[in-house]
Amino acid sequence: MSETAIDVRHLTRRFGGFVAVDDLAFTVRRGEIFGFLGSNGAGKSTTIRMLCGLLKPTSGTALVGGVDVASDPEGVKQRIGYMSQKFSLYELLTVDQNIRFFAGIYGLNPQQLAERRRFVIEMAGLAGRETTLARDLAGGWRQRLALGCAILHQPAILFLDEPTGGVDPLSRRQFWRLIDALSSDGVTVLVTTHYLDEAERCHRVALIHAGKLAALGTTTEVKGIFKDRPIVEIRADQPVEAMRILDASPGVEKTSLFGTAVHAVLRGPSVTTEDVRTLLHDAGVSVDVVEPALPSLEDVFLDVVDRAGGAAA
Amino acid sequence: MRKALAVGRKELRQIARDRRTLLILVFVPAFFLLLYGYALNFDIRHVLLAVEDRDGTPQSRAVVSAFVNSGYFDLAASVYDPRAAERLLDLNDARAVLVIPEGLAREVGNGRTATVQVIISGDNANTATTVMGYASSILRTASSQVSPGAVTMAPPVTVEPRIWYNPELRSTLFLVPGLIAYISMITAVTSTALSIVREKEFGTMEQVRMAPIGTLSYVVGKTIPYFVIALASAALIILASMILFGLPMRGSWFALLVAVSLFLVGALGTGLLISTISDTQQIAFQLALLVSLLPTIMLSGFIFPISSMPRVLQLVTYVVPARYFLIALRGIVLKGSSLDTLWIPLAALVIYAAAMLSLASVRLAREHA
Repeated sequence: MSETAIDVRHLTRRFGGFVAVDDLAFTVRRGEIFGFLGSNGAGKSTTIRMLCGLLKPTSGTALVGGVDVASDPEGVKQRIGYMSQKFSLYELLTVDQNIRFFAGIYGLNPQQLAERRRFVIEMAGLAGRETTLARDLAGGWRQRLALGCAILHQPAILFLDEPTGGVDPLSRRQFWRLIDALSSDGVTVLVTTHYLDEAERCHRVALIHAGKLAALGTTTEVKGIFKDRPIVEIRADQPVEAMRILDASPGVEKTSLFGTAVHAVLRGPSVTTEDVRTLLHDAGVSVDVVEPALPSLEDVFLDVVDRAGGAAA
Repeated sequence: MRKALAVGRKELRQIARDRRTLLILVFVPAFFLLLYGYALNFDIRHVLLAVEDRDGTPQSRAVVSAFVNSGYFDLAASVYDPRAAERLLDLNDARAVLVIPEGLAREVGNGRTATVQVIISGDNANTATTVMGYASSILRTASSQVSPGAVTMAPPVTVEPRIWYNPELRSTLFLVPGLIAYISMITAVTSTALSIVREKEFGTMEQVRMAPIGTLSYVVGKTIPYFVIALASAALIILASMILFGLPMRGSWFALLVAVSLFLVGALGTGLLISTISDTQQIAFQLALLVSLLPTIMLSGFIFPISSMPRVLQLVTYVVPARYFLIALRGIVLKGSSLDTLWIPLAALVIYAAAMLSLASVRLAREHA
């Protein structure tokens, strides 16, 4: 198998007059954990559905495991595993029956079934719970069982659509360890997520906004858009008032609220932390802390959305 | 095929664990049968009869007892005053009044015709017509007994009606096949539609569609369990109809199996088609009721004869599968018709089933694009 697992070129999907995915292009290497980020309705799910062969692209091509999704969707389905945010299991079937069903529709023979069943039960930590109904499993177990059912047929490429929604932090951590293990076995993982801390665990991320690719690269590379625009974090008694003052200042590009702190993006390295402090002090806002901050993915994300919105306006 | 089996096995396991569905599939049909079978009866018995006998002779009493002994009338009261009879009718304590005029015995004895009055409460036109029919037929019989010696001139031509297949004209025999069609249709349509829409709601449908399993395998695997269950349920209600309502079986069991199977495949296809249109179980359920309940009751000839419908409605009945199933079912159980005489309705059922299944497959396949 070639080193490129997913190759997307000019991928576009229209629903009537609405362009859900607009001229998307990226590649994912074999064994890579590729994060797909974007707000709701940005086009993530539409893209995944096209890559899984469920939805035909309006134009452009996508090769998944070397197979064209438009011309051979069934061939794609053989090579991929898919797990959605709903952990779609059959509630009224037991753990074991769910595994047997998915093995059945993937066409596993009895020997493969026995082998993979053992693997999945062990991986998901479900030993001794084989006869528990899926609906009686707690979130973390359900999630790992759903993952197990998605990889019964040992797919080379795995699509995870917001796989950690509604799961406690410990289970999330455990889940990511499984993802890492799969990746080191050579499985390519394309994952969408809202959790930006999870995005940090991806080898590379793609930020998608309004159907377009807004940023692509390692998290460090993506954060590079702030290279010439330092970010300072301000903790003040009146954060909203502080934002109003900073937004009016020529040295500040924009501000955003992060919890109780304010992040201000400065216009170039010539503006300093000290300038910001003085500005606020002169305006009568009492300031606790003003310090340089490293850009987070959230900063990147907001910046991307801002620019797209600004361009449109 | 192995994949279809996996789907079928899963479906059966789910049904087995889902008490509610199982209950709906097995017991609700039986319950419906009992409910409708006993309530839906156009034969009228135990009509409350008030008698006003102004003659008081053995002859007049013979007329009264002919009424009471017929089994259709129950003697509610004997009155001697027309106003009392009217009051009984108003209070609904009597549904009919038999008035025998004074001098009945004398008139009959003299070889003349006497007139007896029957007053029937006409608030239910259907019942009234039927009761009138009973009354005249009882009187005809009674009058020959009352005046055995009377010389009557036989009319040169008489009609002697014979009713075949259901000589007692019991409406139950006519209605029960309709019930069987109606109950089977509803059960099969709703259970299939709901089972697929449920998968859409839970997201398992999407998960399955991500797997390399063809539409055909999925549909086959999904419908076979429901076909088996619907068939069992139909067998149950047919047997119950025979035991409880005396439905005869004059034809062959094989012919019956063929007719029922064809009808059920069409019904399952309808359920499948509905599931491709609806996104929630609620919509699916309502659609299922709409397309199975109303046409099967109103437009199949279950209760209302198709030949007396307006032309437009008659045309509509051609796409109601129960219409053809009823012809076949009544033919087989009541008349002992064989398959070759029923080929037209059976062919219609085949066409209906094929149409439903292909429409559903086209829609299912389109969802993939």
